[in-house]
Amino acid sequence: MTSFSAFGQRFRGLFAVSKGPWGSNDQGGDPPEPPADGGTGSGPWGEPGRKPRRGTIIAPGGASVFEEMLRRGRGRFGGGEGSGGPDRSLILWGVAGFFLLWLVFTSVHSIAPGQRGVVSRFGRYSYTLGPGVGLTLPSPVDRVKKIDVENIRSVDIGAGDSSDLMLTGDQNLLDLAYSVRWNIRTPELYLYQLAEPDETIREVAESAMRAVISQVSLNDAMGDRRAEIETQVTQRMQAILDAYRSGIQIQGIAIKQADPPDAVNDAFKQVTAAQQDAQTYINNANAYALQLGQKAQGDATAFDKVYEQYRLAPEVTRRRMYYETMEQVLSKVDKTIIETPGVTPYLPLPQIQKSQVQAQNGEGQ
Amino acid sequence: MIDFIRRRPFIAGILAFVILFLVTSSFPIVPETKQAVIVRFGKPVRILNRYEAGKPIGAPGAGISWRLPFADEVVWIDKRVLNVDMQRQQVISTDQRRLEVDAFARYRIVDPLLMFIRARSEQQLQEQLKPILGSEVRNELGKVTFAALLSAERQGVMDNVKNSLNEIARGYGVQIIDVRIKRTDLPDGAPLSSAFDRMRTAREQEARSIRAQGGKQAQIIRAEADANAARTYAASFGKDAQFYDFYRAMQAYRATFVGDKQNPVTPTTIILSPNNDFLKQFSGRP
Repeated sequence: MTSFSAFGQRFRGLFAVSKGPWGSNDQGGDPPEPPADGGTGSGPWGEPGRKPRRGTIIAPGGASVFEEMLRRGRGRFGGGEGSGGPDRSLILWGVAGFFLLWLVFTSVHSIAPGQRGVVSRFGRYSYTLGPGVGLTLPSPVDRVKKIDVENIRSVDIGAGDSSDLMLTGDQNLLDLAYSVRWNIRTPELYLYQLAEPDETIREVAESAMRAVISQVSLNDAMGDRRAEIETQVTQRMQAILDAYRSGIQIQGIAIKQADPPDAVNDAFKQVTAAQQDAQTYINNANAYALQLGQKAQGDATAFDKVYEQYRLAPEVTRRRMYYETMEQVLSKVDKTIIETPGVTPYLPLPQIQKSQVQAQNGEGQ
Repeated sequence: MIDFIRRRPFIAGILAFVILFLVTSSFPIVPETKQAVIVRFGKPVRILNRYEAGKPIGAPGAGISWRLPFADEVVWIDKRVLNVDMQRQQVISTDQRRLEVDAFARYRIVDPLLMFIRARSEQQLQEQLKPILGSEVRNELGKVTFAALLSAERQGVMDNVKNSLNEIARGYGVQIIDVRIKRTDLPDGAPLSSAFDRMRTAREQEARSIRAQGGKQAQIIRAEADANAARTYAASFGKDAQFYDFYRAMQAYRATFVGDKQNPVTPTTIILSPNNDFLKQFSGRP
């Protein structure tokens, strides 16, 4: 009976041992936080009440195992009161095995490529494990926090929210959406320097972007200086984050959208329409110029050709052209020939009109 | 000892527990992210892992420490860079224009003892810093013009805010690392809509000027084409003005009296005198 209850006691101790590291591992090795009211409210009793569980860890754990070994040894060599028998040694072996496993699991760490393991010894930063298998002291002493350093993370800022307007240097408003790509350069700085690294990145990005945008004009921001803006924001952010010693590397900024606000979008479309119109005017004028130029050249060449021939026999050519033309002309028109100057010049107006009416009818049919 | 445990397991258990408790509560573990003030019966006696500028991470400070159980209380204070956000507020520039401003400050508690005495806790510290930041920002931004708020000058303004805020924050054992404007927006309502109007009219003006420029260029192109054509004609026709006169007249007669399919002409009546040159052979004179 007595040994049984002693075991119970021991078990409780072991249980505390095993619970300590697992439980606190999840919390990332942080000690219990002081209560929110600043510690004045919680007396000296509040703290220690929680402490023992963590601290049980080494001393009692080690002690109990040591005792166990002593006991076992005594039992083996026939000395002592061996009342437990096989039951007892089984439990012992189980406990020892458990302890061993725990030792192995908490002191051998496999770090994936692209990860780093930040080792802290009793809370104090000790060293950083590279990729591969790393050895540390077992859990309560050394704690390893694995940090993904290669993985490039992305933060999106200002996605289609109409309230997210920025003021540009020429006091216009710009609707901007962009994303920030970053990764961790120095894991221990990332872990220990900033209270809220992710929030910090977001705020710094917003601040840097707005600072840069407030120094360029709206057209530049929407147009061809985007790449330059991205570079400037990246540099600015990196400078600020370096000043915080954040261990963060900004890989780049990508402006996804830089538009005028919805309220004035129509006016911006008008500008595009005007550009199209202007281009249309110019195209028409060019077409006219081309046409006119070709016609002039054609006319001039035709004249030149005829003139060449004309020069060879001026009088004949001239008469020929005259008669040909008059022939064509007079064959198509009504002709009246008044022979004698003495005849009263009588203009047959009705006939003229009649012929005109006929002509119109003819056209109508 | 083993005998004692076997005989009095219960008492032994309690004893072990008490020992454990004493051991663990005597050796607090200070992580890298925290500073600690050890307070003995309300009186601060020691500072653990105090922040010192330029000290690398992993330098002595963090790790296992000790304290007197029951007597000493550990007050944990963050060692990292902390953030205080100013609430969005309106700022009026010297030229009486309104602007809504968001700002944030990054700070670090460099003197945990002073901070503990003045503010008691991080939260209370934040509560006290927040309005100070707000009023400093408002004061400094109120001294400059609207245009300067948007220009590169504003970093200078923020440095002023940082310095004056630092003066006050030093009293709390706090060092201000950085003060930055996050957003500067036009307030909703009249300022925003008038900005929109201005943008719209500016665009309309641009559209008109683009159209006008297009028209101008088109006109120039046409005029140049006309001039070129005239030059071509002159170069050719100028060789014999008299013949050109005749040649062109013939073309014109044909176009006006004969026409073609594309340009039909109205029927015409011509009254000729026999003296006309065309009819000179009528008379039969040689």
